[in-house]
Amino acid sequence: MAMTEHASKQYDLDLGSIRSRVLAMGGLVESQIRRAIDALTTGNLVLTQEVIEADHRVNAMEVELDGDCSQLIVRRQPAAGDLRMIFAIMKTVTDLERIGDEAQKIARMAKNIHERGGAQAPPVVEVRHAAEAAISMLRRTLDCFARLDCDGAAEVIRDDAGIDTEFRSILRQLITYMMEDPRTISTALEIVWIAKAIERIGDHAKNMAEYVIYIVKGTDVRHTKVAP
Amino acid sequence: MMSALETHVSELLATKAEARKLSFYYGDFRALKNITMPVHERKVTALIGPSGCGKSTFLRCFNRMHDLYPGNRYEGEIILQPDNANLLARDVDPIEVRMRIGMVFQKPNPFPKSVFENVAYGLRVRGESSRRRIEEKVEQALQDAALWEEVKNRLHQPAYNLSGGQQQRLCIARALATDPELLLFDEPTSALDPIATASIEELMHDLKERVTILIVTHNMQQAARVSDFTAYMYLGDLIEFGITDELFIKPKMKQTEDYITGRFG
Ligand SMILES: Nc1ncnc2c1ncn2[C@@H]1O[C@H](COP(=O)(O)OP(=O)(O)OP(=O)(O)O)[C@@H](O)[C@H]1O
Ligand SMILES: [Mg+2]
Repeated sequence: MAMTEHASKQYDLDLGSIRSRVLAMGGLVESQIRRAIDALTTGNLVLTQEVIEADHRVNAMEVELDGDCSQLIVRRQPAAGDLRMIFAIMKTVTDLERIGDEAQKIARMAKNIHERGGAQAPPVVEVRHAAEAAISMLRRTLDCFARLDCDGAAEVIRDDAGIDTEFRSILRQLITYMMEDPRTISTALEIVWIAKAIERIGDHAKNMAEYVIYIVKGTDVRHTKVAP
Repeated sequence: MMSALETHVSELLATKAEARKLSFYYGDFRALKNITMPVHERKVTALIGPSGCGKSTFLRCFNRMHDLYPGNRYEGEIILQPDNANLLARDVDPIEVRMRIGMVFQKPNPFPKSVFENVAYGLRVRGESSRRRIEEKVEQALQDAALWEEVKNRLHQPAYNLSGGQQQRLCIARALATDPELLLFDEPTSALDPIATASIEELMHDLKERVTILIVTHNMQQAARVSDFTAYMYLGDLIEFGITDELFIKPKMKQTEDYITGRFG
């Protein structure tokens, strides 16, 4: 992967600025998930509202980055490594925006649960645990993106299976609760949605890790069984 | 090392010509260094690389243009198919070679004659004397060069009255009139506007059903658009040769990557 400078300094500046804003968007999205989960565990309704309202910032970053990527394509006609980079950035930005939506969804569910007075809420320890794993995947993916680290990305891809397993175990647990005490059904269902959102976040992080490998190696590892 | 796709493709393709350990000297200066590279039949092969890397020199070897100057020297071979003969061999007549291999230059260079005579010229030189056959061939070549509709009512006007893009297509028609097997283009669109360029590129696309094309271009997007294969040259060396789509998305050599991504120099 060529990391030397372009003959055009402006090209380097534009590309560098796009890359650092992807990382900034990733940071914002990560804090959105974190705060949504905090709101779920603490019942802080102000926090849920903040997360819901901050989603438009994530959306705005997506629109702006897409615009800048199109402009760079038109102006520079990127090729080879640069082309793969831009292509991967555009896809990464889509995944980040979707993660933002999932965070907002978690905040909405947390709000519903606690407005109802989360008394009969089943324990959310496992949910918190799965969320930590998803956040870690996201953070490591962004780190791999910044450093163009394929090995790290391959590890993230492998870790996604862990979150999927965790999701199924949460689901089984919640079903047990619902059968034992039907009063927990509405809250339990909301927690199912939250767990599903977390699982989706893991999937998006995995996608992003696959793009890192594409940038570096030029191989498309999506939909392959074995992680590289 | 070839990718699986490349191996597959090259097994399917016929080779029209092949440079084998080709070196070329302008006097003492070695402008091409030991180049081995195929030119696949009925495909477009683009030569790219920084100014002075030897693209034009390489192209001109194919029609023995260098023979016109004393002191120039070839080493190695260019094997032309189906004859399987080295067209650089001393006993091969360069005129014979040029009949089979046409060339179109950077600037349109019509002769100071009528549109018709420009295209008929090569036929007459080759001894064609039947007026009817010449007329047929001229019309066919102008049709093939996508120029016929624009010039059919002014065939006997001077070629210089045509626009730049039309003149370039006229030169292509002139090259096509003698049914060449291989067409060499040296930056054929660098003097043309985007519309004229698009029409020449379109034409190349149609022509490759019948002829093999080798084109030098400084415009990387053009290489990516028109060619099936691309060769990247640097200082007389062939650095990388491959399927165009692969070379522009994932070149094997860092030097190629640096050049096509604008990191050169
Ligand atoms: N007639 C000549 N006598 C001596 N050296 C020559 C001659 N023609 C070209 N050269 C040298 O050979 C090398 C290759 O030149 P060539 O014209 O093939 O380059 P090119 O790749 O076509 O460049 P450009 O993109 O500028 O057209 C250059 O170093 C050039 O200076
Ligand atoms: Mg040249």
